[in-house]
Amino acid sequence: MAIRRLFFLLALSALLSAPLQTAGAETRPWSEIVATAGGQTVHFNAWGGDDRVNAYIDWVGERVDALYGIELVHVKLSDTADAVSRVLAEKAAGRTADGSIDLIWINGENFAAMKANDLLHGPWVAGAPSFALVDVDGKPTTVVDFSVPTDGLEAPWGMAQFTMMYDKAYVESPPRNATALLDWVRANPGRFAYPQPPDFLGTTFLKQVLAMTTDRPDLLAGPLDVTGGDAAALSVTEPLWAYLDSLHPHLWRDGRAFPTDEAALRRLLGDGEVSFALAFNPARASAAIEAGELPDTVRTFVFDGGTIGNTHFVAVPFNAAGKEAAMVVADFLMSPEAQLRKQDPRVWGDFTVLDVAALADGDRRAFAALPLGVATLSPEELGPVLPEPHPSWVGWLEAQWERRYAAGR
Amino acid sequence: MIRTAPALTLLVMIGPIAAGLVGTILPALGWLPVLGGETLSLEVFRALFAEPGLKVSVWLSFSVGLGSTLVAFILVVGFVAAAGETALFRLASRLISPLLSVPHVTLAIGLAFLIAPSGWAARLISPWATGWERPPDLLIVQDPHGLSLAAGLILKETPFLFLMLLAALDSLPVRQTVAAARSMGYAPMTAWFKAVLPQVYPRLRLPIFAVLAFATSTVDMAILLGPTTPAPLAVRVVQWLGDPDLGRRFVGSAGAVLQALLALSAITTWIVGERLIAMAGRRWIRAGGRGESESLVRRAFSTAMGAVCLLAVLSLAALVAWSVAGPWRFPDALPDRLAIEGWRRDGGSLIDAAFASASVALASTAVAIVLVVACLEGETRSGRTPGRSADWLLYVPLIVPQVAFLFGVQVLLVVARLDGHWVAVVWSHLIFVLPYVFLSLAGPWRRFDTRYVAVARSLGRSPASVLFSVTLPMLARPVLTAAAVGVAVSTALYLPTLFAGAGRLETLTTEAVSRAAGGDRRVIAAYGILQIALPLAAFMLAGLLSRRLSRPR
Repeated sequence: MAIRRLFFLLALSALLSAPLQTAGAETRPWSEIVATAGGQTVHFNAWGGDDRVNAYIDWVGERVDALYGIELVHVKLSDTADAVSRVLAEKAAGRTADGSIDLIWINGENFAAMKANDLLHGPWVAGAPSFALVDVDGKPTTVVDFSVPTDGLEAPWGMAQFTMMYDKAYVESPPRNATALLDWVRANPGRFAYPQPPDFLGTTFLKQVLAMTTDRPDLLAGPLDVTGGDAAALSVTEPLWAYLDSLHPHLWRDGRAFPTDEAALRRLLGDGEVSFALAFNPARASAAIEAGELPDTVRTFVFDGGTIGNTHFVAVPFNAAGKEAAMVVADFLMSPEAQLRKQDPRVWGDFTVLDVAALADGDRRAFAALPLGVATLSPEELGPVLPEPHPSWVGWLEAQWERRYAAGR
Repeated sequence: MIRTAPALTLLVMIGPIAAGLVGTILPALGWLPVLGGETLSLEVFRALFAEPGLKVSVWLSFSVGLGSTLVAFILVVGFVAAAGETALFRLASRLISPLLSVPHVTLAIGLAFLIAPSGWAARLISPWATGWERPPDLLIVQDPHGLSLAAGLILKETPFLFLMLLAALDSLPVRQTVAAARSMGYAPMTAWFKAVLPQVYPRLRLPIFAVLAFATSTVDMAILLGPTTPAPLAVRVVQWLGDPDLGRRFVGSAGAVLQALLALSAITTWIVGERLIAMAGRRWIRAGGRGESESLVRRAFSTAMGAVCLLAVLSLAALVAWSVAGPWRFPDALPDRLAIEGWRRDGGSLIDAAFASASVALASTAVAIVLVVACLEGETRSGRTPGRSADWLLYVPLIVPQVAFLFGVQVLLVVARLDGHWVAVVWSHLIFVLPYVFLSLAGPWRRFDTRYVAVARSLGRSPASVLFSVTLPMLARPVLTAAAVGVAVSTALYLPTLFAGAGRLETLTTEAVSRAAGGDRRVIAAYGILQIALPLAAFMLAGLLSRRLSRPR
């Protein structure tokens, strides 16, 4: 009996909430959202692999508690995909409200998957006051995530740009284009490596080389079509494979072994095994020098034509229990106060999404006064940002790479 | 409880394996309705065989597994034959049981710290002897042939087989047999090989099969020491099963089935080799050669065993050194200064992981001890001991490759909404803790003089009261030792934690593996040290408690 009644209630609530679901868009004025947010708890599902990021999120928790009376709980993930599948599982189980995740740190494939499966609340981002300060023109990746429009479903949080580290004890002048890099590696065999794809930084290196060598960068922005076979994709990527074919024999360990990920490669640089490392955070080298992981002779550079860059975001699942508080936290994350602290290399060193030139005087001066860190390039030196290829290229590139370079000789 | 204990134990242990195998085989044949697979076919296997480098992966697993087992076996048998009853032998026996409680992950990390081109060994001899100001570009760790993986496996398998051999020799009149052979003019090693080995070998077979299965399907050690272009089969299976693209689960299941067949074929190869050697050996024994000039061979085996022990000890020393190191750059032989950086830097996660490891280990061991004691007490009361087939059942979890059934178990857990729960992890550990606890406790329990029980019963005590006031106190030492073995086994488990915990429960072992590739060596070393500390504390506590409990009251 009880079960039948429960079932009826579930069906009824599904019926009642259905129109709200399809509407989705946030229509309430921001002041009402802030008023509802007080006293709510936000379960922030964010990758927890970096002590500095974790400490920063702790600080955010203190601030939103003081400002809005919101309790922030950092659920430390080892892989963001876990959170995506959790929301998907909740939707499959009919849990359309009171979900266990309120806010997710997200971008790229994971965002594309959540957007495609209607797993996100919104659009709401345009209504957040701090979003007006975001540099959507100068930093187009704040509204286009891996060539997928964000449509107000995720709020930009920080900027990442592919950056090369080198140890000036071993490298006189850094090679600033693909040919120069190949020449350097040929002349200094065994001292260059990149993480093994499908590690995301290894894959980013492939995308970077592809962007530098292909004649058809325009095709990378569109979805990959292999219905008629690989031929079209191969013709676009042929220069990449030719480049890697000539690079690999001179790699660290002759290209027969690869470092696992960014951290592994950085350790190799710290040990002096290699002379370069890669990063997606331009301030990573400075932080690693500070922590004693890298010698203080390490510096960074970018390639002349620009490097791959993207933005990382936060998003609110469709069934979040504390939607209002989650949106308020996301707004705080975009505020000058939070963005300033995040960019401080002594705290995290993650670049801001805001248009600093348009900020109020005090904030602008504060940003200008931030130390850069001994090995960090200024935003001007970082140069142009190349867009990420469409997410559909990733899997194909990785599979091709595996067939060519990881199938044994 | 007592009467249902054996059935319950089997259900807890074999049930998930059987169900898990089914849950792995069905998707391998294309059946997994959740992901849209609703027809049975061999299509998935076709996709598996189209994976790049699959043959290389299979050959790697097979050759490394069989090769390392063979080397460890020859080493152990040769050493025992060569050095039996010498001082070196006693030293090795004392060294080897603590070595056995070192988790393989810890040993692998220590070995990598030692032998990598930027490792401690290279630092000790650079630059004065080598001229290396920077680490040389040598492919040592993760070499394409899996040699460093084989070395790591040998370090871990040698103590296990050695201990199994010692236990098996215990029940044989070795000294008299060798003495009799010596009196007929046989040289010592020849005497051992011709008179002792044929008697003791049958008891070594199951442990050897377990080692073969483990070595051909190891994942954690292969992640740390094995090649990646391509990786051994088991590692790739785990990657497929964890791929964000859910469709890869099918290929992963087929890979898991292939992995089981691979382990089976390694065991079959061993059995064929065993038959051939037995035939040749019989002729050799019948020929009656007395054996001469053994001293060179003897020295070779002793040296080899010494080298294995030394390598293991140095690997652990490298771990200890890194855990207390400050900045330590190549090619400095020692760190600039000592520091507790490694312990402090990640203190929070370190403590969380230690608690997770300890709680899972204690819970699974407690359940295992209750079940095993209930089984053995049942034997005592009925006066019947199960036959050899029961031994085989105990070895099932150790012989069936873990990847072959853990995915199936995971699917069941998801269906039961138990995945990622602490209880699920405890149960998955129980599958592996149970057999070791049983093997460790059965011997002492079955040797227990039942006349004590008879006397107590004749004084009017109930069976339960006899169990708790006579049998258990008198067997306190073996029971507690078995518990410590259980804790050691649980602490070291990687794959069961990964699969049942759904990546959400992080123990010392899973954390150590995920950080080993690139994390700060000082932090990794701290994890490694705690991984040893947990079983070590268990063994020390067992010793302490059993001394107190067995004191006459």
